[in-house]
Amino acid sequence: MRTNVVGDLYALPDHAFGLKSIIWWGLMGFMMIESMGFVLALGAWVYIRGLNPSWPPPPDAVPGLIPGIVVTVLFLLSEVVNRWLAAQAKKKEDDHAVRLGVTAMLVLGLAIVVARMFEFPQLHTRWDVNAYGSVVWLLMFLHTLHLITDWIDTVVLGAWLYTHEIEPSQHSEVYDNCGYWTFVVVSWLPIWFVVYIAPRVM
Amino acid sequence: MTRPPKKTTGPAPSPRRPKKEATPVVAAPVIAAAADAQLEETWADAPGFWGWLTTVDHKRIARRYLVTAFIFFLLAGLAAVAMRLQLSKPENTLLSPARYNELFTIHGSTMMFIFAVPIMEAVTVFLIPLMVGARALAFPRLNAYSYWVYLAGALTLWIGFILNVGPDIGWFAYTPLSGPEYSAGHRADIWAQMITFTEIAALAVAVNLMATILKMRAPGMTLSRMPLFAWSTLVTSLMTIFALPAVMLASSLLMSDRLLGTHFYNAAEGGDHILYQHLFWFFGHPEVYIIFLPGLGFVSMITATFSRRPVFGHIVMVLALISIGFLAFGLWVHHMFATGLPRLGNSFYTAASMAIALPSGVQIFCWIATIWSGRPVFKTPLLWVIGFIVTFVIGGLSGVMVASVPLDLQLHDTYFVVAHFHYVLIGGAVFPLFGAFQYWFPKFTGRMLSETLGKWHFWLFFIGFNVAFFPMHILGLMGMPRRVYTYPSGMGWERYNQIATLGGVIVVVSVLSFIVNVLTSLRRGVPAGDNPWDAPSLEWAATSPPAPYNFAHTPVISSREPLWEQREVLPIMTGLSTAEREVLVTTPVDAEPDNRQSSPDPSIWPFVAAIATTMVLIGTIFSEWALVWGAVPLTIAFSGWFWPKRPRRGAKQEPQ
Amino acid sequence: MKQAASGLIALLLLCGCSGVQTPLDPAGDQAASIHTMWNVMLVVCSFFYALVIGGLLWAVVRRRREPVPEPQASAHDPGIERTLAVWTGLILAGLTLLISWSFFVDRSLAQTHDDQALHITVTGYQWWWRVEYQDGPVNQWFETANEIHLPAGRTARIKLESGDVIHSFWAPNLAGKMDLIPGRHNVLDITPRRIGVYRSQCAEFCGMQHAHMALPITVESPEAFKVWRAHQLQAAKAPTSQQEAFGKAVFETKACAFCHKIDGADAGGRTAPNLTHLASRPSLAADAIPYSRGALAGWISDPQGMKPGTKMPNVPLTSAESSAVVAYLDSLK
Repeated sequence: MRTNVVGDLYALPDHAFGLKSIIWWGLMGFMMIESMGFVLALGAWVYIRGLNPSWPPPPDAVPGLIPGIVVTVLFLLSEVVNRWLAAQAKKKEDDHAVRLGVTAMLVLGLAIVVARMFEFPQLHTRWDVNAYGSVVWLLMFLHTLHLITDWIDTVVLGAWLYTHEIEPSQHSEVYDNCGYWTFVVVSWLPIWFVVYIAPRVM
Repeated sequence: MTRPPKKTTGPAPSPRRPKKEATPVVAAPVIAAAADAQLEETWADAPGFWGWLTTVDHKRIARRYLVTAFIFFLLAGLAAVAMRLQLSKPENTLLSPARYNELFTIHGSTMMFIFAVPIMEAVTVFLIPLMVGARALAFPRLNAYSYWVYLAGALTLWIGFILNVGPDIGWFAYTPLSGPEYSAGHRADIWAQMITFTEIAALAVAVNLMATILKMRAPGMTLSRMPLFAWSTLVTSLMTIFALPAVMLASSLLMSDRLLGTHFYNAAEGGDHILYQHLFWFFGHPEVYIIFLPGLGFVSMITATFSRRPVFGHIVMVLALISIGFLAFGLWVHHMFATGLPRLGNSFYTAASMAIALPSGVQIFCWIATIWSGRPVFKTPLLWVIGFIVTFVIGGLSGVMVASVPLDLQLHDTYFVVAHFHYVLIGGAVFPLFGAFQYWFPKFTGRMLSETLGKWHFWLFFIGFNVAFFPMHILGLMGMPRRVYTYPSGMGWERYNQIATLGGVIVVVSVLSFIVNVLTSLRRGVPAGDNPWDAPSLEWAATSPPAPYNFAHTPVISSREPLWEQREVLPIMTGLSTAEREVLVTTPVDAEPDNRQSSPDPSIWPFVAAIATTMVLIGTIFSEWALVWGAVPLTIAFSGWFWPKRPRRGAKQEPQ
Repeated sequence: MKQAASGLIALLLLCGCSGVQTPLDPAGDQAASIHTMWNVMLVVCSFFYALVIGGLLWAVVRRRREPVPEPQASAHDPGIERTLAVWTGLILAGLTLLISWSFFVDRSLAQTHDDQALHITVTGYQWWWRVEYQDGPVNQWFETANEIHLPAGRTARIKLESGDVIHSFWAPNLAGKMDLIPGRHNVLDITPRRIGVYRSQCAEFCGMQHAHMALPITVESPEAFKVWRAHQLQAAKAPTSQQEAFGKAVFETKACAFCHKIDGADAGGRTAPNLTHLASRPSLAADAIPYSRGALAGWISDPQGMKPGTKMPNVPLTSAESSAVVAYLDSLK
């Protein structure tokens, strides 16, 4: 088949941010999958809640509030830093700010992971006591898995940023990583409500 | 529904930024010679075994998916033959009850998780970049990773079976039979983890296809000009993303109950067995449409080519696909009508389950209308389409029957249902799949399959399938339940069971004829040109088989049937790099060129990451700590994978 | 093709039309109501299938002018578009009919008042059925296993429970099926009309011997049912011979009494079928084996051989002990 040249693509940019970047769409796809996982786990919570006349069922007590509140506040704080970092990454010019921002996220993330460890004993139930304990631990476990994965991700990213020149593609990666952190924060909020507040108001 | 086609090709879509320098418009062959050589080198794989391990070429990976899935199809088919032999006599002692229960479990599990979804994905992974005019998939290494993880899952199940620790709880593994109290050992855990493997693979492919279709279509291929197979792939991928997490959760919670002592499914401690069924079927029903929709895509492509006209009612067809995608998520309770759920809720699911017959019925009309108003060429692919209509509609109608709650309360868990789902799955997916093989084999391999053997294959399969499965409707109506390793004499079931077994034998012969066709055609088949069928879609513009980079230059599209519209000259755009792997990214709706993205080189990291994943998943069958220890190799593998290749800090570089 | 289709449909209607385990031969109200749904479905679905096959045939054999060398882009065809609209309307009409009919049949399946029904509780185990008649005053309650008797014309309200995994109770000649799910309490109404013996079989995969978990349901006149019921309320027949007495003693002192119950013997086990009136049942081992003295002997000496995986172990008995137990159990009519 003969061909006829009608245009040239050379002048197109060779990197892209957000919606223009394929990686972003891939990340979106994975976040959709994980969101669905969270939605279904929350659905299981609703279902099990419906089967149990009292919540939490005896002998469990309601979870202690303090560590949960600490974690939530730290998350919200970190999101402020996160959004600032995302904006810096999008500018593609200030390598120093990006490195600093990633370091700040690492520190905040570590603090959250540590605080999260204090949450588990405060749940006042075990996963193998009853279905209530199982589903509460499930929600906490799923979220913690995301938290730790993203933190390790950020560690590796940080290590690379400090040892290499940052090109626009890497600014894009920092930007995408910020998007994932936002997902981790946003997915926490309904779980926090369900684990800590719902047993008190229902 | 159909409008007269746009007569003009329209202005070629222009790049977003003004050109820095004018690129001379030269006659294509001159550009081609030097550039093609460099392109070949850039997109080549390493030689030998290392190249095989590290390839990220979607076509090579699709081929291995195809071969693997087909081998497991044969194995699962042999399991079915064994079952049919056992059932050909009442109170037969050919198979022990334990062995029979393992066989029907592995037959169903293999067909659903290891054959049906993966083989549809395999054909799709091969075709989509070609059909949308891209050089590669969006995430080539992810594609490679997904194959190894899939293979690990398939092997986990079958090695378990061979070692006599395979699951025996049915492909659906209801609790409490599959739970800690009634299923000793690790049989059920092997089943549950096979699910995790295969679902990770399927999800990875779905994300890949979704991103490729939305962001990498050739310039001018707007959503409304996108072929129907790309539409069915897009809908299938989105369905996969929303449905598969449910089965991963269902099976993981099962493993958790078994290994960690949780009580998700334990009624005595506030859990519920019905929770398992809800989670499983929330996945299970969309799953069958995930298998079926690619088949519908195949049918549309084949029908258009062999009717010598585009499919009638393009917009209606797209809307039907989308509505099936949505509706499929609202039906799952029809698998649970006998569990004692509230009546009014059940009736809603009857209505929804019957409603999905509407878009399907409309599609059937459109294909028939296409053949009626076209100039049909009755080659083997079109025979499979005709066979699909005759067979699938029976399955669809028996589906309408079991959608009725009261009627389902008689037919549920009988051989009537076995007949129903084989009619829809084999009629709706396997028939189109064989048609697709016959149709795209020239593109995959450069040779034609034999028409004669193809026709033998079709007729033997059509006859064998109906002889095997039609009597099962009758058996169900005569009261024969499912999943029974034998039955008493005097029920009158022998005759139909024997007929069914005979049909199974005919199917075996038919599949053998297909294998012979493939093997002989690979060596001595008639060489196919680029477009032996004179088909309209873009994949037929590539060579047969396609070069590793698919297209030397970016094709430009201005109609739904590009190769029928543009018979003499294909408009193209130059400018993608030939020195490094590069793909074009376009806008999601209008496919306007937007930016260039570098495409990954071959890499060993997907394989390494798959090994790490396998270690974690197999390890968790035996201890939950595998999750913790496994984090180390996983982190190493994924870090290696994503480590960007850029200059080190402080090294001076010339600006590119 | 059309002739073949109608031939197949005729075949469908004719074969299996009578039998003891088929929905096509209703002997009770619920099965009869569902049978009407089946008939409506068959007619409507056959109609649509005929239309599809007719259209396809026409499309395939239609004589056409010379084949066009190059494929045409679609022409505007209002005729086909109108036909599509008609087809869509037809499908909608058909679905509406089927959905409505289904809804009304479903509603008709459970209309009886609780105080008028005969109350029975069936509990499923791997792989047998505990049947408890819990109707009327408590002193009229009794238990049997692996068989059910029902008076014609009176609705039986059967509570369905499970002692282990999920089972399903299905007597197709009488009603649709309903699952027995541990932790849940399902209910199935059966209003039998025609006298006869029907077969019910477990319809949810429940493990190794799922294929051998059935039970006979005898529908009889209200008078005959009263007689049967009164007989069931009586304790087991006392032994009338030395061998039977010895057999009773063996039963009470060996493993048997751990699992099985016999009213009137020193045997109170609850994890296996109640054997008080064993010899009056038509079959053994949840309808796996027709009842006969020889079959009983075979079962007791080697349950694992006759129904592999069954929960009843092979209890070692001397040949004298074994014959005595068989004699005793065979007397429990």
